[in-house]
Amino acid sequence: MGKKALLLSGNESCVEGALYAGLQFYAGYPITPSSEIAEGLSRKLPKYGGVMIQMEDEIASMGAIIGASLAGKKSMTATSGPGFSLKQENFGFACFNEVPCVLVNVMRGGPSTGAPTGPSQGDVMQARWGTHGDHPVVAIAPNSVPEILTETVRSFNISEKYRVPVILLLDEIIAHMRERVILPEKGELEVIDRLKPTVPPDQYKPFDISNTPMPLVPPMAAYGTGYRFHVTGLNHRTDGFPTNNGELIEKELLRIMQKMAMYKKNMLKHEEYMLDDAEIGIVAYGSTSRAAKYAVNVLRSEGIKAGMLRYITIWPFEEEAVEKLAEKVKFIVVPELNLGQLILEVERCARGKASVYGVNRVNIEIIHPHEIIEKVKELLHGIRV
Amino acid sequence: MAFEYEKYIRKGTLPHIWCPGCGHGIVMKSLLRAIEGLKLDKNDIAVISGIGCASRLPGYLDMNTLHTTHGRALAFATGIKLANPKLKVIVVSGDGDASAIGGNHLIHAARRNIDITLLIFNNSIYGMTGGQVAPTTPIGAYASTMTYGNIDPPFDIVRLVEGAGATFVARTTSYHTAQTEQLIKQAMTHKGFAVVDIIDACPTYFGRKNAPKEAYDMMQVQKDNSIPLQIAQKKKPEELQGKIITGIFVKKEMPEYTDTYYNTIIPKAMGSK
Ligand SMILES: Cc1ncc(C[n+]2csc(CCOP(=O)(O)OP(=O)(O)O)c2C)c(N)n1
Ligand code: SF4
Ligand SMILES: [Mg+2]
Repeated sequence: MGKKALLLSGNESCVEGALYAGLQFYAGYPITPSSEIAEGLSRKLPKYGGVMIQMEDEIASMGAIIGASLAGKKSMTATSGPGFSLKQENFGFACFNEVPCVLVNVMRGGPSTGAPTGPSQGDVMQARWGTHGDHPVVAIAPNSVPEILTETVRSFNISEKYRVPVILLLDEIIAHMRERVILPEKGELEVIDRLKPTVPPDQYKPFDISNTPMPLVPPMAAYGTGYRFHVTGLNHRTDGFPTNNGELIEKELLRIMQKMAMYKKNMLKHEEYMLDDAEIGIVAYGSTSRAAKYAVNVLRSEGIKAGMLRYITIWPFEEEAVEKLAEKVKFIVVPELNLGQLILEVERCARGKASVYGVNRVNIEIIHPHEIIEKVKELLHGIRV
Repeated sequence: MAFEYEKYIRKGTLPHIWCPGCGHGIVMKSLLRAIEGLKLDKNDIAVISGIGCASRLPGYLDMNTLHTTHGRALAFATGIKLANPKLKVIVVSGDGDASAIGGNHLIHAARRNIDITLLIFNNSIYGMTGGQVAPTTPIGAYASTMTYGNIDPPFDIVRLVEGAGATFVARTTSYHTAQTEQLIKQAMTHKGFAVVDIIDACPTYFGRKNAPKEAYDMMQVQKDNSIPLQIAQKKKPEELQGKIITGIFVKKEMPEYTDTYYNTIIPKAMGSK
């Protein structure tokens, strides 16, 4: 076998995943509960010849990784709540300019400084809409330490392949908890690099899609390679230069959104647990899905046919999965460590075909399986809370 | 023969957005002559800016260019420099961009002594947004958000970055085109964080509420009020009131960040278990 099994925390697992994916540049600013990612990369990244820098704040860290990515390096930053808020403006710059990069947000209790060491899933909507304006985004929420590794690799792959920034939404529980992780060997997981231009430098336009092997995804040159191009946060044309022409502005933004729609199915990922004959649906993600799975097992042992739909890719939201679920279950329960965020999407997609109920907590404690079980039983017996 | 600016200007990007009489274009020309003088390859130069009138400059240059978010150019530039150390990295900033919203990045880039040349187009005002007060606006001057005269004491950019650790610090004005060219050249050949504070004119907005009002007269003030550092050093502080002291204030050798990272951190890490 020869495979290395390690006992890692979620943050350490993220470090291993990033290195496996070919991370070359990390910039960050310390914040609990994400700091172990920066610490791990301080030790390991230079061994791979990569750069790890602690910047003066999260705004600078986000800017630095975009700069490094434009210079051709796979880049990442990690943070938590308050830092996630600070990164939003520059994150939007990356969304708009289709700059590949991975932003890890280890969710903690909020709002504001909130509970630095308390678990939370309070940033689900911020991940989608935190930066201003319409923009494409991908957010991925693993639920275990080994899955953090593989999903970190997948985050880089999606980001590089489709030129879209990816938010890896961890939470304090899975980031700090330790589990057994088997490190993948070289070649075992796919590692994808961004498309490079094939046209000569004088014909290159950074957002031109007429010469790309991947429809709607413009190939990406790096600074300092003879391709002299311009990138701006202003509305721009396909050659990267600013424009005030409304038609061109709309065309370019729509192209970016169409790109997302076109490749959405390649970005989606969910797990179905005991859904085949389920009469009661539980929709969960992240650490909370572990309690949900346990609840399904207990309910099943008592003869109640529950099943779980677990979102791994949260954004873009896989509408069809909830639509299908709503067709066949009596009702849907959505446990979340917030006051109800992803439930809004679940309700929207259920289209009234199944009622949707939340199990919510913001007291910096995890959701226990029995809370989900009780909720299901209450609803089954017609007692509305 | 006249200098061929076209060689460095991207086709189809002119006319520029700057107002008639704005100093930014004059400084851009000084920058291009400096680049020509250094015989640098356009492929090896990255020019990064934040937001503001001055920050529109990179778009006109046929180089590796990036127009970022307000105040954050140095952060993006730090990523570019560390990702590709062979690039000559120039950051172009307005005074507000560099010293207000970007003040934190300014002092930390200086502290790290990272090999970036920062050119501050210092017109004492927020030009792009319509003449609001900047951290460089003199006390008593008028701005659209200092209706009754400015009461916020201004930064002395030179002293600020010197205190923060910049290893090359100079000041000139947009009027002194030859000196600007020379100082930019020296800043770009300096290994480390180099800042040139270029006193510049915004006739449209600074001129609107203050005297003198016209571009020509503002240039005249830059000329008449400038004193070379060597001469200023022999004068009493009261004689220097309102004067623009020009020249090189700091030039010293210190370990450069990118160099130190690649030549000490990486070998150390690779040698450790
Ligand atoms: C985060 C953010 N805040 C505010 C602005 C608005 N804004 C654009 S340019 C500018 C000031 C520019 O002044 P300066 O940097 O001195 O450059 P100048 O226009 O004078 O050349 C401001 C406040 C912005 N674009 N982004
Ligand atoms: S507003 Fe002022 S700084 Fe801006 S272009 Fe006009 S003169 Fe120059
Ligand atoms: Mg200004």
